Amino acid sequence: MPTTCSACGTSPAALRRPRTGHALCRACFLAAFEEETHRAIVAGRLFRPGETVAIGASGGKDSTVLAHLLQLLNQRHGYGLHLVLLSVDEGIAGYRDASLAAVRRHHHRSGLPLHVISYRELYGWSMDRIARHLGPRNNCTFCGVFRRQALDRGALLLGADKIATGHNADDVAETVLMNFLRGDVGRLRRGAGAGTAGGEGAVPRCKPLRHAYEKEIVLYAYFQGLDYFSTECVYAPQAYRGYARTLLKDLEAARPSAVADLGHSGERLSLRSDLRLPARGTCQRCGYVASQPLCKACVLLEGLDRGLPKLGIGKHQRLRDKLRDGQPLTEEERRRLGAPAEADGEVPEQQEPGGESGVQDKERGGRNLRGPRDLDF
Amino acid sequence: MLRQVQEGLRRETAKKLRFVPGIIYVDEGAVCGQSPAEREETLLQMEAILRASGFPYHLARLEEVFDLPGSVLQRGPHRPAGPGASYKEAVESFIHQHRQAEGGAPERLAELSTRAMPGAETPGGRGARPLAAARTEQLLQLFGSVKTLTAKEELLQALRTHLILHTARAQGYSKVLMGDSCTRLAVKLLTNLSLGRGASLAMDTGFSDDRHGDVLVVRPMREYSAKEIAFYNRLFGVPTVLTPALDTRAPEKASIHRVIERFLYGLQAEFPSTVSTVYRTGEKLSAAPGDAGPAPGAAEPERCLLCLCTLDTNVEEGSALQAILVSEQLSGERPPAASPAGPGACAGAAEQRGCCTHATAPRADFLPLLCYGCRLTIKDTACLESLPPYVRSEAARRSRRAAMKQQIQEFLLEDDAVTPGES
Repeated sequence: MPTTCSACGTSPAALRRPRTGHALCRACFLAAFEEETHRAIVAGRLFRPGETVAIGASGGKDSTVLAHLLQLLNQRHGYGLHLVLLSVDEGIAGYRDASLAAVRRHHHRSGLPLHVISYRELYGWSMDRIARHLGPRNNCTFCGVFRRQALDRGALLLGADKIATGHNADDVAETVLMNFLRGDVGRLRRGAGAGTAGGEGAVPRCKPLRHAYEKEIVLYAYFQGLDYFSTECVYAPQAYRGYARTLLKDLEAARPSAVADLGHSGERLSLRSDLRLPARGTCQRCGYVASQPLCKACVLLEGLDRGLPKLGIGKHQRLRDKLRDGQPLTEEERRRLGAPAEADGEVPEQQEPGGESGVQDKERGGRNLRGPRDLDF
Repeated sequence: MLRQVQEGLRRETAKKLRFVPGIIYVDEGAVCGQSPAEREETLLQMEAILRASGFPYHLARLEEVFDLPGSVLQRGPHRPAGPGASYKEAVESFIHQHRQAEGGAPERLAELSTRAMPGAETPGGRGARPLAAARTEQLLQLFGSVKTLTAKEELLQALRTHLILHTARAQGYSKVLMGDSCTRLAVKLLTNLSLGRGASLAMDTGFSDDRHGDVLVVRPMREYSAKEIAFYNRLFGVPTVLTPALDTRAPEKASIHRVIERFLYGLQAEFPSTVSTVYRTGEKLSAAPGDAGPAPGAAEPERCLLCLCTLDTNVEEGSALQAILVSEQLSGERPPAASPAGPGACAGAAEQRGCCTHATAPRADFLPLLCYGCRLTIKDTACLESLPPYVRSEAARRSRRAAMKQQIQEFLLEDDAVTPGES
């Protein structure tokens, strides 16, 4: 039953837009999608001419489409931006190496410069190794925290003024739901704006695709013939976000506009002014932005290095204080922090080769432990 | 909640409650698929319970919304909190009044209670029967023209609220107590979030809701979970009546409300703190409009026609709302002002119903009067004509006023940042 495209009124429709339900032909859909992204960029004032923008490229659909679009729109509308691809290698065998291959292919086709930084170089730990110590749950906490810092450090080293990530409307909607389910009021407030401001080691970020439905991104990639890597991360099934994702799928089935509606709700949330929310400071060890004396990455790393991987997971403030003060922990406390069950006081296994051996002993408060290392590109 | 109020009012209670309660029950059976016989049965059961409570009660049918006045949708004057004297004095004067009126309680009860049905009060009530049936027909037609279950639920809530509000105003009540439990409020929070009602979450689920101005809606049961209430009812023998709801026996993913309810109950089983966490997060929201508020010095902010919360549809640069409007425009939706269908036509005309007259404000004028969430509900309603008269007349009135304002905009001195019809 051939329907006519509702935008041009002449060609037969090739698809039905998930976002609005209109039937469109291929050309009109591509044009609409590109125009919407352009308008979102302009209306949100995301970029200024002359800026260097690091595109967080994972090889997946969102970042592939983002990189393609930014390059296209930059040319078409004369944004005057210098674009680079920035990839993070978390060290997940079978997943990340395959997706990085997709990034490299994109890099070759598009001609955009590519830089890859890995957790192993930066922190001394790959995700696979972390997962071996930590178990199946809570991996996403490490990965998310480390990736954020990795992107910032990579961007700083490249001299980028902004980081652009491929978060889409579904991600935004899931985040709103998740923050509500977990009672994370601080993130609810921060999540309302178009991006973060930067400062203290963090590069300003933006999400040019934040209004685009995930399905439309796939449709765009499909009709544009873009190639990307599409397997789910092996550690993802255990993540809490999975619940929010399933919920969003059901909501979308009940009412397709729910994705955009959640985005609208998230923007219009107003919080009480008398709430006590974490203040923004800097990490004492590495200088990165943090709301506590030590940034999350440093805490997580400390736990890993000491063989107590759960140090940064869950509420262990008292135990962290004990460690900080140099007091020994009991066997039971060590177990609670995820110490391996075999023997007490076992030295953590040797660090992986790669990066400098030994510690760059910059002033770390006299302790022989590492925060994220500095890199020379 | 009724039982709790009764306990609170007994003479022997320390810290006795000091207010005069009445009870209202709204019969929604027609919409929920009950036959007239079943509805009558339910009403009798309810009446028995209400009469046993000893408080004046009011039985209302949802069909009465067709007889409501347009003033229901207007915010009443905010009643100042009593004579301004101290709380102690207010209590003293209340007790004094109450003692005087103590005699003759049972007769007064019969006077005060109303069992509303059009024409039922008149002794020769035969002629009232067709009128009641006609109203039921209208109600069914209205709900029939709503395409999705989600929108039906929302519409039902709006109509029920208006009816309760009107009864409260007519009978002189200054507050309405709703029995929402913690569990139900958590579901409501997430549901409203998914419906685009993020701006009014605090009012919809907070302890007190003053959007109507003169009548305050209060939720005293919000700290109790549904399970606790169930146990209480069982242990203390509180009588209950079960009636089908709008989404009884509906498929799983039929409406947003259903999806959220199922999800939350499921998640709660695995993470027992879920409901209370959602509830506590809701507590941290404020009722102030925040960024979507009016410019300083502006008069009363614009309010939604149906739900009376502050409008959250001012288009901000880079917002999700703007993005949706752009998408609709680019995908071929003709802008509302240039609709070739002409004034007064509705989507129902496309279905050969031919039901619209020119008395109804066209859809294009209607939508700007609503908040984001209510717009979605009305977009799912095929025939605007079947809405109750009070909604249509108030909408028409506001449209005319907005048009007036448009004409004289340049001469007005007060700074008004929010105008209906702006997109």
